[in-house]
Amino acid sequence: MILTLLVLAVLAAAPLNFFLARQGRSKLTACVPFAALCVLAWLYPEIAQQREILEQHSWIPSLGINFAFRADGLSYLLALLITGIGSAVFLYAATYLDKHRDLPRFFLFLTLFMGAMLGAVLANDLIVMMLFWELTSISSFMLIGFEPEKMQTRRAAQQGLLITVGGGLALLASCLLMRYVSGTFQIDQIIAQSSTILAHPLASTMMVLLAIGAFAKSAQAPLHIWLPNAMVAPTPVSAYLHSATMVKLGIYLLARFHPAFSQIDLWTPLLTAVGLLTIVIGAFLTLRESDLKRILAYSTVTSLGLLVVLLGLSEEIAIKAMLLFLTAHALYKACLFLVAGIIDHETGTRNCTQLSGLRKVMPKTALVALLGGFSMAGLPPLYGFIAKEYVYESTLAAGNVWLVTGVVLVTNSIVVLAALLVAIRCFWHSATPSHPQAHDPPFSMLIGPAVLAVLGFFIGVMPGPVVSLLSAATSAVHGGEPMEVSLSLWHGVTPMLKLSVVTLLLGLVLYAGWRPLQAWLQNMKSIDNYGVNTLWDYTMNHFPKAALWCTQQFQNGSLRSYLITTLIATAGLSGATLFMLRGFAAPSIKLSEFSPVAVIAILLLVSGYAVVRATSFMAGIAAAGMVGFCMSLLFLFRGAPDLAFTQFSVEAIAIVILLAIIGKMPFYEADYRTFAERWRDSLISAFFGMVATVILISVTSGSLDDKLSKYYRDASVPDAHGHNVVNVIIVDFRALDTLGEITVLTLAALAAMAVITSARLKRKIAPTPRPTELPQQEA
Amino acid sequence: MDSLILRVGGWLVLPVSLAVSVYLLWRGHNDPGGGFVGGLMAAAGLAFYALPRGADSLHKMLMIPLPTIAGIGLLCALLSGVPAIWTEAPYLTHQWGELPNGFAIGTPLLFDIGVYLAVIGAVLTFLSHYLEA
Repeated sequence: MILTLLVLAVLAAAPLNFFLARQGRSKLTACVPFAALCVLAWLYPEIAQQREILEQHSWIPSLGINFAFRADGLSYLLALLITGIGSAVFLYAATYLDKHRDLPRFFLFLTLFMGAMLGAVLANDLIVMMLFWELTSISSFMLIGFEPEKMQTRRAAQQGLLITVGGGLALLASCLLMRYVSGTFQIDQIIAQSSTILAHPLASTMMVLLAIGAFAKSAQAPLHIWLPNAMVAPTPVSAYLHSATMVKLGIYLLARFHPAFSQIDLWTPLLTAVGLLTIVIGAFLTLRESDLKRILAYSTVTSLGLLVVLLGLSEEIAIKAMLLFLTAHALYKACLFLVAGIIDHETGTRNCTQLSGLRKVMPKTALVALLGGFSMAGLPPLYGFIAKEYVYESTLAAGNVWLVTGVVLVTNSIVVLAALLVAIRCFWHSATPSHPQAHDPPFSMLIGPAVLAVLGFFIGVMPGPVVSLLSAATSAVHGGEPMEVSLSLWHGVTPMLKLSVVTLLLGLVLYAGWRPLQAWLQNMKSIDNYGVNTLWDYTMNHFPKAALWCTQQFQNGSLRSYLITTLIATAGLSGATLFMLRGFAAPSIKLSEFSPVAVIAILLLVSGYAVVRATSFMAGIAAAGMVGFCMSLLFLFRGAPDLAFTQFSVEAIAIVILLAIIGKMPFYEADYRTFAERWRDSLISAFFGMVATVILISVTSGSLDDKLSKYYRDASVPDAHGHNVVNVIIVDFRALDTLGEITVLTLAALAAMAVITSARLKRKIAPTPRPTELPQQEA
Repeated sequence: MDSLILRVGGWLVLPVSLAVSVYLLWRGHNDPGGGFVGGLMAAAGLAFYALPRGADSLHKMLMIPLPTIAGIGLLCALLSGVPAIWTEAPYLTHQWGELPNGFAIGTPLLFDIGVYLAVIGAVLTFLSHYLEA
């Protein structure tokens, strides 16, 4: 019960936070994540003993979908990060965005996001997980597009949404396949059946689709483009969604299904290749940036790639390294993002070439940045150092040791550079501050990053308390086998330590030569001109054009061409079907059955001829009305009084409507078609009429199946208290159809009203000369 | 389209058509008729009345905006299916009550009234824009 309540309560708190922020008490919104954190902390003993918390409430039993939640080591770890970093970010944002006019909306979506994240990681049902997964995408869209006045913001929001939701579609397909193969939506049962899944021929498809969803969410190349662009969002959003939590959701998903899918042959090559590509691209693009947030964003891409590589390696040590690095990264990256936000807030710029010496005016911020930056750079005694040692240990155990270790080594040195740029360059680098008017931010903005930074320090020095947590998470990723993680700073002079030292030295070298390198890379326009972003823009520009072209082909506004298309398609397709299935049959006509009703048929023919020959609209309408009246006579004589009634009324109203319209519409001439067009139209109508006749003759020649009409006749009085079967069918047996019909009728009338009113408005704005000569009328 | 014949004719036809339409609506369950025909009949009468007088005469007489009439009709039809939910039958399973004298009345009537109003509202909404005297 506790997990369900937790998720629902956080979601329900979203409107509460909206009102709190509107009342100007936005700092109180941080109570929600903090309360959630406390609830989770209370569950700690359960998780630390590697036990699971399982909950299940029936939701859609007919489809086997349950509102199921599950907390094990992995989901608990993620939930802790979500609520813990959430607390810091909420408090920070309250000050950072203070007095922003859309602050209530911000907190509404931030809280919604947090609830969705908790739901997504705690869900134990594929459909429930999908639901929350998409909700995180949507709230991310709303948060990236928080200031929608800017074109760039809208583009970034749309890009993020399309990529993550597009990945979500792949994930949905994978979920359905999993259900198909395993027969259940429940995640723990699916994982327990990993042998069934492995043996199934669709296993690889399933895995690849799942991975695509995860890659889109976790910004893996070439889908990484949305993440750096999402940096247009307010900094708290970047820190929370786009470095610490949401982008980890893809990693979580891969880790969650690691026990089921890691045995598939494709797993290691796919994840390693995509991850390495992402690392390389992210690290290379980091070098080009001078904007603090974009530097951090690209280094996040690199880190996400590294996490995927570690998952792909699939060794026990790699999984441990993955979890260590995931937590370490969440802590230091959120901290540094928040620091970047503080710098931006205080100085008005995020361009690190213009920032230096800020430690003089912002000493506390400088200290926080130093702790966070050193953790990111992997310096002892911080948590990031332990994580990096583990990473190197696992890359050294990899199959392709030279490639993987080499790539990780080089890119890690670029990560070191990024850390130094944020933590050192802005705050030290010169004796006088570049922005003397800047000062330390208020307590509420500093406390969040400070706690995160200090946590990174404490876990480094005293890793004891997190060991059981990480062990539980490791065992969860390994499918429940108990695992032990041991953390310590000093292992002696190992190859890992040597690699760490090399990384640092390389990072320092890069830092020394950064300015010219960055300027040179920044000027390489070919990277901008041929990047994925360009391809994206090209596609996005051409999609609407293609859609427009397509629409114009079919919706050209000419009623005549619509009719031609409809008639030819209907008659052609049904005629062809009739022909190919040899469905034609002639009824046997007995002259003895010839009834006086046939007189009506003659009347019909005459009125039809009159329609064709009518020279004025008025005469045409009257003749068309005659056809309708003849039809209703036919109905009346053939024992369908209801139909006859309705047809009579419809004809009467149609004539009134047409008369009214003719009085209003400027018809210049009765018929402007050329001779050839008339021939074409008459051939089409003749064709349609012929096919319809042949079909009717064929249909009536056979005996009709009267099972249904017999049922209706028999059931009408006892079940529906009505003797008029037609009406009973309309209002009772098929009431839903009728409901649909009157809904369509009403909507059509409303739509017609909207169209006509807007046309009239347009006419009022720009009056067109009314035709002086209306067609001849005799009203 | 303003002519004396139409004016007098419409004035004469309107009460008849309304009466007939209600009669058709009522008897529809057992004899030819029903909400759809009734609605059309009423709409025809009203349209004929409004043809020489313009759409404003309709608005004045009916007091309710025409789209609202259609909306009320839709609402009636939607609501008529709700009682079924209490008896745990699928939505729109009509419920009947029988009076002591054997006369049965039930939600289909409300549904039919819904159809009747929706048809009147929709037809006249569409028509009223061409009825400017």
